[in-house]
Amino acid sequence: MESSAQIFQYILSGLANGSIYGIIGFGFAIIFNATGIINFAQGEFVMLGGMVTVFLLSLLQWPLVYCILLAILLTLIVGIIFERLAVNPLKDASPITIVIITIGASIFIRGIAMLVWGKDTYPLPSFSGDTAINLGGATIMPQHLWILGLTCIIIILNRLFFYHTIYGKAMRACSVNPKAAGLAGINVRAMVLISFAISSALGALAGIIIAPLTLTSYDVGIMLGLKGFCAAIIGGMGSGMGAVLGGFVLGILESLGAGLISAGYKDAIAFIVLLAILFFRPGGLLGRSGIERV
Amino acid sequence: MQSQVFRLSILLAAIIFLFVPAQAAEIVKLGALFSVTGPPSFLGEPERNTAQMMVEKINKGGGVKGKKLELIVYDTQGDPTKANQAADRLIKEDKVVAIMGPSTTGETMAVIPLVEKAQIPLVSCAAGIKITEPVKKWVFKTAQNDSLAVEKIFQHLKEKKINKVAILTVSDGFGSSGREQLKIHAPKYGIQIVSDDTFGPKDTDMTAQLTKVKGTQAQAIICWGTNPGPAVVARNVKQLNLNIPLYMSHGVSSKKFIELAGEAAEGIILPSGKVLVADLLPDKDPQKRHLLSFVQEYKARFKTEGDHFGGHAWDAVMLIKNAMENSGFTPAAIRDGLEKTKNFSGIGGIFSFSPEDHAGLTVDAFVLVQVRNGTWALVK
Repeated sequence: MESSAQIFQYILSGLANGSIYGIIGFGFAIIFNATGIINFAQGEFVMLGGMVTVFLLSLLQWPLVYCILLAILLTLIVGIIFERLAVNPLKDASPITIVIITIGASIFIRGIAMLVWGKDTYPLPSFSGDTAINLGGATIMPQHLWILGLTCIIIILNRLFFYHTIYGKAMRACSVNPKAAGLAGINVRAMVLISFAISSALGALAGIIIAPLTLTSYDVGIMLGLKGFCAAIIGGMGSGMGAVLGGFVLGILESLGAGLISAGYKDAIAFIVLLAILFFRPGGLLGRSGIERV
Repeated sequence: MQSQVFRLSILLAAIIFLFVPAQAAEIVKLGALFSVTGPPSFLGEPERNTAQMMVEKINKGGGVKGKKLELIVYDTQGDPTKANQAADRLIKEDKVVAIMGPSTTGETMAVIPLVEKAQIPLVSCAAGIKITEPVKKWVFKTAQNDSLAVEKIFQHLKEKKINKVAILTVSDGFGSSGREQLKIHAPKYGIQIVSDDTFGPKDTDMTAQLTKVKGTQAQAIICWGTNPGPAVVARNVKQLNLNIPLYMSHGVSSKKFIELAGEAAEGIILPSGKVLVADLLPDKDPQKRHLLSFVQEYKARFKTEGDHFGGHAWDAVMLIKNAMENSGFTPAAIRDGLEKTKNFSGIGGIFSFSPEDHAGLTVDAFVLVQVRNGTWALVK
């Protein structure tokens, strides 16, 4: 027998996890928006955020907030180096080549992380304690509120940036037609670089705020990256809002699937939904068909 | 030019072959298959470290009856196919007299047909019950059967008069073996499994499964898995305010678990090999001396505390050494020697092998420990 309190808990857990997937999916969407490529190294930025923070905390013994800022900065630098060394030198490469390069880069980054930090899993302290919050019979961790809150802030900032600043508009122009954007005086390569910088910083932030809940290790990026990718696809690649919505859909489906049917089918349910969406709405929930990606 | 190279290489080969028999009399080759990298690296790495440490220690102390041991380790990366290939290489190219490892049950099962055919003794460091049941002539193991850990928990539940439990197992080899054993042994202790669910090894949230448990009559939860999953389960149990005792498997009996689960680890009870609580054991425990020396030597060399995974390799090396001392150095003699081993006090427990039992341990190989104030305490 499933009581309503239980169903509420499933939905709440689903929303909480979904916002994690959504915030990671967001990173995919930003690079896709500016360049039209899918960056499979996005999951590694998420891993780097968490791992670098853990590392800095034990190395420098600074307060958490400084370590977080420094970790985001360092991951951002990694993102820039990655773009300069792996993506930028390819002139007019086909998207599939770039996708394969990003997969290669993700394996490389993961390998380095394994050598530097070992294969252990590490915890990160919660931002505001470990006392669960009770909401009408269901419970949620304070950290979930952080994740939800930051996701909202990111959505708003993203909207402001892409629609109300000259750089954001330029980046959108690049995604619609790089050649025309170039002719209009936009430095397309610089826009690609900026998109990598933003999404690596965003990935790092995601990795940091979720680490207190999910723990972190060198290989955490694989699964989280994949779930974030699913969220972005469900929501419609290239739409930041869509990625977040996709994340919620994915999270709630997983949670309800695990609770009401069987945890064994959790991932299967999520992927069936993904396939169904690709089949019936290839552009995703909020995406428009391939021509215009805005 | 080419024929010169050819002649030179023949000459070299001849020289090498001339020297080999002279050395072979002095050196006994032991093979080892450990997943030093890959997902089970938490097993393979301490196992390799320990095996190397022990072989060096034996050699420094004059070897086994004057013969030096040579350890050849291959990394299997947790992959049964790689384990099989590496075992083939150990048998055919390196011509070892005995093999220790592999680290996991899946890999061990992939290696068994090879060693049975080649008639080389294998001392596995994996826990799966299939390895030694039914008994295979050339196969032994040092890791405790999962069933022993299961029975240790059930004994405790029975004392506490708990008869309805929820089980939550990880969906990998370790979890499914545990799940099977939990279901087999529950009726014997009058325990009813009221909820049976799983979680993925990389899952980061188990509140859905635990919410389901909340709706049942379960008086305790038994979670079966290896880090980091169970740490997440512990945190989720605390988040959901499930006020029933949480039991874990021996798969998380390391300090790492307490570190990962944080405050949520408090009060959790689990069966563990004795190495974890070596210093808390009563002095009359016959294993205590070995346990303490192993922990200290490992720490001195590798900067982390020796755990029971390393202990499985310790047992494998020392059991083989013991068999060689008593019976001889050929593969057949080592096998016979292993089978005759009685009351051998190792890290994982006290081993007594027989033709019917190649696992050699009893339920006493485990002690129940509880997390109290961020550290382990013995449950009396």
